[in-house]
Amino acid sequence: MDLLEYQGKQLFATYGIPVSPGEAVTTVDDAVAAAERLGYPVVVKAQVHVGGRGKAGGVKLASDAAEARTHAGNILGLDIKGHVVRTVWIEKESDIAAEYYASFTLDRSAKKYLGMLSSQGGVEIEQVAAESPEAISRIHIDPVEGLSEDACRGWVEAAGLAPEATGGAVEILMKLYRAYTEGDADLVEINPLILTPEGRVHALDAKVSLDDNAVFRHPDYEQYDATQPRDEREQAAHDKGLQYVGLDGTVGIIANGAGLAMSTVDIVSQVGGAPANFLDIGGGANAEVMAGALEVINNDPLVRSIFINIFGGITKGEEVANGIVQALGRVSISSPIVIRLDGTNAEEGRAILEPHLSDALRMQPTMIDAARTAVELAGGR
Amino acid sequence: MSIFVDDTTKVVYQGLTGSQGRFYGLLNRDYGTQVVAGTNPKKAGTDVDGIPVFASVKEAVAETGATASCIFIPAPGVRDAVIEAAEGGVELIVCITEGVPAHDEAWFFNKLRRDHPGVRLLGPNCPGLISPGKANVGITAGHIAKAGGPVGIVSRSGTLTYQALYELKQQDIGVTTCVGIGGDPVPGTSFIDCLAAFEADPETRAVMMIGEIGGSAEEEAAEFVASSMSKPVVAYVAGVTAPPGKKMGHAGAIVSGGKGTAAAKMDALREAGVKVGLNPTEAGELMVEVVAALD
Repeated sequence: MDLLEYQGKQLFATYGIPVSPGEAVTTVDDAVAAAERLGYPVVVKAQVHVGGRGKAGGVKLASDAAEARTHAGNILGLDIKGHVVRTVWIEKESDIAAEYYASFTLDRSAKKYLGMLSSQGGVEIEQVAAESPEAISRIHIDPVEGLSEDACRGWVEAAGLAPEATGGAVEILMKLYRAYTEGDADLVEINPLILTPEGRVHALDAKVSLDDNAVFRHPDYEQYDATQPRDEREQAAHDKGLQYVGLDGTVGIIANGAGLAMSTVDIVSQVGGAPANFLDIGGGANAEVMAGALEVINNDPLVRSIFINIFGGITKGEEVANGIVQALGRVSISSPIVIRLDGTNAEEGRAILEPHLSDALRMQPTMIDAARTAVELAGGR
Repeated sequence: MSIFVDDTTKVVYQGLTGSQGRFYGLLNRDYGTQVVAGTNPKKAGTDVDGIPVFASVKEAVAETGATASCIFIPAPGVRDAVIEAAEGGVELIVCITEGVPAHDEAWFFNKLRRDHPGVRLLGPNCPGLISPGKANVGITAGHIAKAGGPVGIVSRSGTLTYQALYELKQQDIGVTTCVGIGGDPVPGTSFIDCLAAFEADPETRAVMMIGEIGGSAEEEAAEFVASSMSKPVVAYVAGVTAPPGKKMGHAGAIVSGGKGTAAAKMDALREAGVKVGLNPTEAGELMVEVVAALD
């Protein structure tokens, strides 16, 4: 679950991390009113789940009400790499003496937390990592031991920040570490972390990604569900509780298990087709879940054929086949369907499907044959 | 031979009294696994179809000599359940539960490494493991596997594991052990742990490895194959066409910052001398060739 900048800053503030005063608004009038309350100059910042908004014209400085009105009007509704701006964050402008970078994430190879700190902030960290890797100071943290203030100080000192920033940086990073661990985040990133001419350190941006699996510990995180970037199809699938990722092809895909679904997307591409989606219906493949999955795919206007790829493990072929037959009775499907059913009691399952087969419902014995047929039905290569 | 579990493994099921725990615990027992106990502090002294239920893993180990634990506890309780199992004295903990927070996984992985270095954790979010004909611990459909070897399987994906077992059985090829390591960011057991165990197992003569996008576990496995394995390895990696930044079902299956792509993983594996199939069927066919060329 990715947070917008203002949501990240509000979360940071609950951990005592200094952020600029600001307000999130959705209309031009509210933007001007917020700017008046905050006092000029203010920065008008587009709230979108994508980087590069500055270059796209999504971040502007306003020194009076007229400018605030113009910028908010231009930015609200702006399309930044396919993400339309619905909310802007109006923030008091900060004086900047230096820009740094700070983050915590999981190093999956080391199986420990990784803190990264750089005196070269304000730019993409990937670029810094590629061009001058020595400019990033790294620290590995054992999740059991945690981060001590001494270790944090050593890490900050190695990063080569301005000496007057050290105290403030240590304080913020200790708080950021708490936000990362206690907040169950996959990533917390401040870029830039700034030093002001008065020697204060604070977070000028916030990038936070939260672990969906930890929502049971943080019931308040459900508020972020509404601002997740999903297209219409993804929203419909999400509402039905389906594991769905929208792609832009013509072959709709339903499979049981994440690995098999991924593999099905791959094989459709390998035989020259274009997958419309990834959809994992899980192990059971019962009629209700299958009907929901077919509905979501049927509503995708680009879909020309549907490939149902099921491997029966514990769930037997007969149960899967009955689920498919029942689902087809509930939903009226406009595209032809190709089924591949294999695994436990596949023969029995196929026998149940046999009487229902037609031009609109075909069956193939293997994954690759089924993929070829589905691609052909979708209009070929 | 087999790795990690065999017919001498005695398993306690944490969560045996729940619907999933009961269903798979009894299926595993029907398969021939020594299912010796269950745990539930509120139901100690009762039994599930004749399997005694104890208040804790420690008691179950003391009373039954259990050597392994299989966890079907809901995600919020997994952190405590893993530590309870390790402190209770089992050697192997198989955690089937999905949806465990990444911070919990990172915590108990490092806690076990520090305080219980002799304990092996498999999972969370994995199908478990099966040594066909000897023991099945977890949710793998036992009848789709042929016993005996010469192939060992290690996989990050559940259904693709079944697919692999099934395709080998169709070709009359047996499996020593099939280990599902799971698709989460911090798996307790890695590809390398399994490859090393298969390399040391005399009955395993070839290994099939099924990977997917995200992280660098496949690349690390490739290095291990090149440096430390004498046995042939066949691999398949799912997610060639996955768009960056989108999670494909598993919490770990995401291409981020240009890293973790299937293409890079397949290249690394090929360079290490691994035969790489472009789809599960092709990987199965490659394994048939490898097995035919043995001895």
